[in-house]
Amino acid sequence: MSHALALHGVTKRYGNFVAVDRVSLDVAAGSFLTLLGPSGSGKTTILMAIAGFTVPDAGRILLDTKDITALPPEKRDFGMVFQGYALFPHMTVAENVAFPLRVRGMGRAEREDKVRAALDLVQLSALGDRRPQQLSGGQQQRVALARALVFDPALLLLDEPLSALDKKLRAELQEELRALHRRVGRTFVNVTHDQDEALSLSDQVAILNHGKLIQTGEPAALYERPATRFVADFLGKSNFLEATAEGGVLHLGGLDLAQADAPASGPVLLSLRPEKIALLADGETAANVAPGKILSWSYLGAGYSLVVDTPMGPLRASLPSWRAPIAPAEGLAVRLGWAADAAVAVAEDPA
Amino acid sequence: MRRDTGWWLLIAPAFLLLTLVYIAPIAQVLAISVMEPSPGLGNYERLFTSESVQRVIVTTLRICIITTAIALLLGYGLAYVIALATERARRWWLLAVLVPLWISVLVRAFAWVTLLRRQGVINEGLIAAGVITEPLALVWNETGIVIGMVHYMVPYAVLPMLAAMREVDPRLLAAARGMGASRGFAFSRVFLPLSMPGVIAAGVLVFIFSLGFYITPALLGGGRTLMVAEWIKLQILDLLRWGLGAMMATVLVLAILATLVVFSRLVNLRRLFGGGA
Repeated sequence: MSHALALHGVTKRYGNFVAVDRVSLDVAAGSFLTLLGPSGSGKTTILMAIAGFTVPDAGRILLDTKDITALPPEKRDFGMVFQGYALFPHMTVAENVAFPLRVRGMGRAEREDKVRAALDLVQLSALGDRRPQQLSGGQQQRVALARALVFDPALLLLDEPLSALDKKLRAELQEELRALHRRVGRTFVNVTHDQDEALSLSDQVAILNHGKLIQTGEPAALYERPATRFVADFLGKSNFLEATAEGGVLHLGGLDLAQADAPASGPVLLSLRPEKIALLADGETAANVAPGKILSWSYLGAGYSLVVDTPMGPLRASLPSWRAPIAPAEGLAVRLGWAADAAVAVAEDPA
Repeated sequence: MRRDTGWWLLIAPAFLLLTLVYIAPIAQVLAISVMEPSPGLGNYERLFTSESVQRVIVTTLRICIITTAIALLLGYGLAYVIALATERARRWWLLAVLVPLWISVLVRAFAWVTLLRRQGVINEGLIAAGVITEPLALVWNETGIVIGMVHYMVPYAVLPMLAAMREVDPRLLAAARGMGASRGFAFSRVFLPLSMPGVIAAGVLVFIFSLGFYITPALLGGGRTLMVAEWIKLQILDLLRWGLGAMMATVLVLAILATLVVFSRLVNLRRLFGGGA
């Protein structure tokens, strides 16, 4: 049984600083929402308001139809994985997982069953008698998950759950977390500043900046159709083309741009992902073609990242390294091409 | 080999000084306790035969245990408040805790006498308020000694406990609350066990310190309640029974060593608890 969560105009101020500015969000029952933003964007404050550790100055938080804005944390029925996990060092793994059940005054037999089931869920059944300090970072993370889920909470809140792990382990645990979400079918709310994590884990991503909710949507929708320059820039990499529309045609750097659904006139800001730019072979052509010279390049294993100086300004393009048509070199003349629907018009961010 | 000798020479002055002024006198005290008035364990026999020797030891232990318990209770409360206070408030609290340490123990003992005596502020105030009709015997007895000693010991109890409390990750308490624990449950199951190493350290420090206390019991006990240190002074300076005084001094040193041995066992417990890991 899962629950829906809704935020209505939640606002939190610290003196003159507005940490969260009128944020409204709907999280469907059983879905995985990620709050994504740079540090200071208010994402953690929102999570703490959902948990009840901070009380918003305005707005309401609803669990299903019940207003929980004023409830203290212990009355809210959520499980939480804290940053750094906050495992109790004086208890064993099993005692840590049993803690929420003890709080609820559950009998010994039932408690032991639930703890065993929760440890099974995260594949740690063999380590119940260890102390948290004796476990690896990934194992500690799983203990924290088991402890957060053992009492069947309405919500699972995750505060940067993977940030303490190294990159390879993080990728592994992302998959595990995703699988776990599918298995338990509960509503998850995750906070991160890691865009890869947000894209790979979530059903819904909410992008925040300076305390404001900028855009929400499914990961692919956000990546393919960012609403503002900030979203395009924060989620993946992007080139920005500041073009001018005149009579339905876009001009930039003395070149005409073919752009699907371009406005008739006025300034237009386009976001163009590096991987949507192709390196054209001789004689090949595309809706948009920009000649240029390679300014700099770097080898990334799976591909090259090129910065090409064009009449439109420097453009970042990515090139698969497997059977690459060219050997990148500084000063090498190349032609870049992209389709009319490759770039997306985005709004400039309010200053 | 020669290089090692060189390094040893560097600590030789300190080593000699300590041997001369610290270890040698203690050895001499040990020697006196078995040599005077006649060679043998006669002085130690008094531990089992003399009622007055036993009374002094029991009184001392009782006062020390009561003092330690009260100092730990008061100190724990203070340390808890300080640990949770804001950075600014914490500085003022610490100052308030430390200032008494800089005031002479003699001055403090006399200050307590003026407060606690029959015509003192406390008795007069209580009589004026109609709470009591007869002045309470607050000083020149065990009550007075305990009050004075607790006052002296509270800072020593606060500091190790505060250090242990500041080691406790505040997120653990938030985590406990988030899992449904009330403040009281989070405190008793998470904060208290994690601050226990500090409580043990403070308890041992205060207890050992209390065992050899001299000035405060001498002034606030009024000569009627004798603790070990004052009893030793009495034997050696007034009654000239050096052997007996030295025996008691030796017992005191042994008691302190025994406390430390017990303590070192408890320190291993600390690793078991996982505190400070």
